[in-house]
Amino acid sequence: MNGNLYDDTSSSPHLDEYLTQFEDWFRDWGDKEWENRILSSGAARLNEFGYDPFGMSPAFIRKVIPLVRFLYRGYFRVTTHGLHELPTTRLMFVANHSGQIPLDGALIAAAVAIEGRPPRILRSMVERWVPSLPFVSLFMSRCGQVLGDPDNSRRLLENDEAILVFPEGVRGVSKLFRDRYKLQEFGTGFMRLAVETGTPIIPVGVIGAEETVPALYNFRRLARLLGAPAFPITPTFPWLLGLGLLPYPVKIHLWFGEPMHFSGDPDDEDEVIDQNVEKVRSKVAQLIERGLKERGPFPFSLLGGIRP
Amino acid sequence: MSCIVLTGISGTIGRLLARQLHLDHEVIGLDRRDLPDRPKDIRVYKLDIRRKRCENLFRRHKVDAVIHLNIMHDFRKPQAELHAFNVVGTQRLLEYAARHGVRKFVFLSTANVYGAKPDNPQYLTEEALLLAGEGFSEMRSLVSVDMLVTSFFWKVPEVETVILRPAHILGTAANGPSAYLSLPRIPTVLGFDPMVQVIHESELVRAVVSSVEPGRRGIYNLAGPPAAPLSAMVKYLGKRTLPLPHSLLRALAQRAWQMGVAQVPPPELDFLRFPCLVDDSRARRELGFEPKLSLPQTLDLLRQSPTYRQGMKQG
Repeated sequence: MNGNLYDDTSSSPHLDEYLTQFEDWFRDWGDKEWENRILSSGAARLNEFGYDPFGMSPAFIRKVIPLVRFLYRGYFRVTTHGLHELPTTRLMFVANHSGQIPLDGALIAAAVAIEGRPPRILRSMVERWVPSLPFVSLFMSRCGQVLGDPDNSRRLLENDEAILVFPEGVRGVSKLFRDRYKLQEFGTGFMRLAVETGTPIIPVGVIGAEETVPALYNFRRLARLLGAPAFPITPTFPWLLGLGLLPYPVKIHLWFGEPMHFSGDPDDEDEVIDQNVEKVRSKVAQLIERGLKERGPFPFSLLGGIRP
Repeated sequence: MSCIVLTGISGTIGRLLARQLHLDHEVIGLDRRDLPDRPKDIRVYKLDIRRKRCENLFRRHKVDAVIHLNIMHDFRKPQAELHAFNVVGTQRLLEYAARHGVRKFVFLSTANVYGAKPDNPQYLTEEALLLAGEGFSEMRSLVSVDMLVTSFFWKVPEVETVILRPAHILGTAANGPSAYLSLPRIPTVLGFDPMVQVIHESELVRAVVSSVEPGRRGIYNLAGPPAAPLSAMVKYLGKRTLPLPHSLLRALAQRAWQMGVAQVPPPELDFLRFPCLVDDSRARRELGFEPKLSLPQTLDLLRQSPTYRQGMKQG
């Protein structure tokens, strides 16, 4: 076993450790030095009014940090594995997508920002239908999330930024509970981009997010009517209306792999690109498999920390 | 010293440009509107560009360059007339240019021809499709004219054709963006705050002057200072926004448009929701065009313009 690769950077919180966890959590709330460090990392590209070319506002992010910290430490009790030194150049995180509400992106970004060495702002590439949503699109773009267009990704990578992509796309988020942890097909766009821009890929396996909004059925027709990618029926949604879509507080583990490097011709035949895509996909699958094994059996696994 | 025909000389940009160009060139104006208190060495032909008689101008003078600004942006005019004036007028001018050995054709288009779409990439390059016409019939004539000049650029290589697509122009011109930001309270779409690019008219004049230089040809986006959210600009101007839900705002705009009160057709509301930002790196690289004014400076200049003060007074 590659011990180095799977070293826990933060130990999983056992019951007696919860108190200290909460202490940490509150201390971090006031960690101005960390905030300044991360928020100044992209300062060079800010305009006179404090926005970057993609509409990100560090002043806005500063305001949502408490909320993100609450979700990260308090609600989902995120534990990261294998998140070590990060390169300071361009970087692409590739993860499995799940949970109907794409909170996995926010949590991975929070992990990289809070526990990355050095902390980095991760720009996740969002679904195409998001920019047409009022408030949501505004919130996302101020937080640094960007429409998942190849042109946008290329621009960010050429600026040596770190991006997060979900090559499963909507196929991943909207899958049903019974298909949890079944990795869907990957698109090839991310690989072409990584090869073209010479960007290392860090595979990420997300464990737990798949149980946060367990969809029993996807009401496709209604989804199409609403213009949404899916309309999930869960044990609580739509019965409790919007409240029912509130994700369950399942403990989430994020497993980070080692950076993978690819080279070649970005415009190569699909078959050639597919081979590389498959390497990343199987790496993510390995991380998920290992994560599930480590997490232990249902249902204690969802609470986290308690092992039989 | 070359001879330049400037169409639309009586407009704000036209006048600014004429004042700049007549120092080094012979400037001939072509406009159906009057041009009062012009410099003595500028001749103005008061003609509709669609008239056959315009060709006499090209016969009489050895024209080296045409700068075409004479495009009607007034969406209140009937569709047919907009189309006839913009498309037919431009078509004629291009014919004359090709027939009479004109070496340079500069056309001032607009970045709005790309259209504001939710799935636009953050920065559009010159290769992006011109989609503003779908669902926005008033924009169609502007898109057609741009395409017309673009195809001329490819088909007639003897003429150095330059197409400029600037972002929202701010300044003394009483155009859409300036008038909008001059309102005492700025209506916006609730839940949206798009990134916007503005460029001051003086910068635009510089860009046109530099594109007249021999050897320069191509299609160029002009972006001005870095983009900022609409709300940040409004805040800088010391005003407040009036956010309304899209459905309500659209209904109001529809009503106002039908009653003939509104200057902008309802589909233009998309520019208050979605991005239509351009990448100007080609203009920086090939025209050496670097915006000199910062965003606060651009907005300060808008604040000093008569349109802005008038807009404030109306409220």
